Amino acid sequence: MSNKVAFMQGNEACAHGAIYAGCRFFAGYPITPSTEVAEVMASELPKVGGSFIQMEDEIAAMAAVIGASLTGVKALTATSGPGFSLKQENIGYACITEVPCVIINVMRGGPSTGMPTGPSQSDVMQAKWGTHGDHPAICLVPASVQELFTETVRAFNLAEKFRTPVTVMPDEIVGHMRERVVFPEPGELEVVNRTAPSVPPGEYRPYDTRFGDVPPLAAFGSGYRFHVTGLNKAEDGFPTTRADFVQAEEERQVRKIENAIDEIVTWEEYLLEDAEIAIVAFGSTARSARYAVNEARKNGIKAGLFRIITYWPFPEKQIAALASQVKAIITPEMNLGMTLHEVRRCVDGKAPVSGIFRVDGEPIGPGQILARIREVA
Amino acid sequence: MGFDYENYIRPGKLPHIWCPGCGHGIVMKGLIRAIDAVGLSKDMTSIVSGIGCASRLPGYLDFCTLHTTHGRGVAFATGIKMAKPEMDVICVGGDGDGVAIGGNHFIHACRRNIDITYLIMNNHIYGMTGGQFSPTTPTGAKASTTPYGNPDPPFDIAKLAIGAGATFVARGTAYHATQIEKLLTEAIRHKGFSVVEILDSCPTTYGRRNKYKSVIEMMNHLKDSAVPIAAAEKMAAEQLKGKVITGVLYKENKPEYVAEYRKLVERVQAG
Repeated sequence: MSNKVAFMQGNEACAHGAIYAGCRFFAGYPITPSTEVAEVMASELPKVGGSFIQMEDEIAAMAAVIGASLTGVKALTATSGPGFSLKQENIGYACITEVPCVIINVMRGGPSTGMPTGPSQSDVMQAKWGTHGDHPAICLVPASVQELFTETVRAFNLAEKFRTPVTVMPDEIVGHMRERVVFPEPGELEVVNRTAPSVPPGEYRPYDTRFGDVPPLAAFGSGYRFHVTGLNKAEDGFPTTRADFVQAEEERQVRKIENAIDEIVTWEEYLLEDAEIAIVAFGSTARSARYAVNEARKNGIKAGLFRIITYWPFPEKQIAALASQVKAIITPEMNLGMTLHEVRRCVDGKAPVSGIFRVDGEPIGPGQILARIREVA
Repeated sequence: MGFDYENYIRPGKLPHIWCPGCGHGIVMKGLIRAIDAVGLSKDMTSIVSGIGCASRLPGYLDFCTLHTTHGRGVAFATGIKMAKPEMDVICVGGDGDGVAIGGNHFIHACRRNIDITYLIMNNHIYGMTGGQFSPTTPTGAKASTTPYGNPDPPFDIAKLAIGAGATFVARGTAYHATQIEKLLTEAIRHKGFSVVEILDSCPTTYGRRNKYKSVIEMMNHLKDSAVPIAAAEKMAAEQLKGKVITGVLYKENKPEYVAEYRKLVERVQAG
């Protein structure tokens, strides 16, 4: 049996990826440039018996997604810049209550209304620090239509496995460009479902650390009655101000992701084996960087590309290792230096790092990157 | 044999956090009795709330309970009901939670006519934060943020709900304890979005600033200002000045949101 092949937009592939992953609930609010995700979900979900609802605002959409997920259903929302800001309140709620869910944020120019139809990569810090308080973050940054499909599937897997919200953040170019997509057959890609409790209802505690750092989550309506609150809580789910309980729960929630970094973090290396100059890029910018690397190689410059696929947790170890190998690192990005800051932190002075920044609504082309490669070569 | 409240209250979770003289406990009792009267399953009922004094209610009750973010209870409840229509969903909260920060979610839930019962305990004040004026604080009343009297006109929650499309709207008071049970029983049985506003009092943050000498005086105010709808219909507008009309204020049967959506799913799947 041959795979279904389609020519489609990134946002459309994202929605199909969600359905493949078993997503059966979508709540959203219209916003450019992510709306096509909602449109495809509105069309596809009824076909598979799922539910689509357009809510009154972005905050409500995030709330509905968490409510749906608590019934055991995989749930998705999609938004862009201003909507991502509004969702932060309830993303924090999903973090502290440890309810799996996936948020698509198609990055457009900002701050505020910014440039609704222009591409950007300036929400990567918000994906980690956007909601208040200490909390874990997983954020994936695909660079192609196919990868937007597969990373959406992975986002659901990570959300379910680690009981956490996961953000997938294509820039507007990846969200809107059209490419060939090969639909995986059922079973071809791994699909993970959350762990159900193994104890009877009377013994169930929603944050029971006897089962490790990611305790099983029961579904509402499955015979398990429990309490969920956004207040600091104890293992039984009820609010507490007991210092030792609160400290332990907060630390566990961050630790559950930190201890799994090697399992979560993904990246792609292109011609890095003998590279003297490394480009660290992601999303559509990484596509320009790849072209620039090829051009540089044709001109005898040993350039290579480190493409970030998992932005959070940041690939710290890998980039630190890169620093001891190359003589210069360049970070082209559609923001004013967010990745530069992270890369410098990882490199810790072992190699010079310079950025190429664009926030004018235009993509960073290969020529701009190639010119910098020549400068530092 | 007396009513078995302990069947519905989580062991070890009482005493509640509400102040002496607060009516929220009376309302919770009415809710428990209504749930029992309708015969809801504990496993298949979700009680959802936002933030505030009233929103602490779900933690005491032995159901699938969800204490969410400020004003968003109805939006979370919508997700639960859409994703698992076989569950009964009850949302509870206060006046600030429901019609200030949650006002947008409230009117849209009314408009959709989704089968959720929304219990609003209206004590006309932000109690948990120490007595700031809410959208239902009477004009001229004192609050910590209206030291010279409230310049704002208040919302009429029931009128708001009817105007926004809720298909069951009722109002009672914390004084009229047995009526709470009756109104909530009917509301839970109603297929569609039902709103039950219970007028309540906050002696701690409202009463002491507004010259109520005692809890009893506040309770008597609830008693004296309430006029049952049947009696109100026979009264002149002048006589109803300063009164609140109680009972089932509005009821109609209209297509329910989730049921309609599931029909859509069947239609799509049939091709």
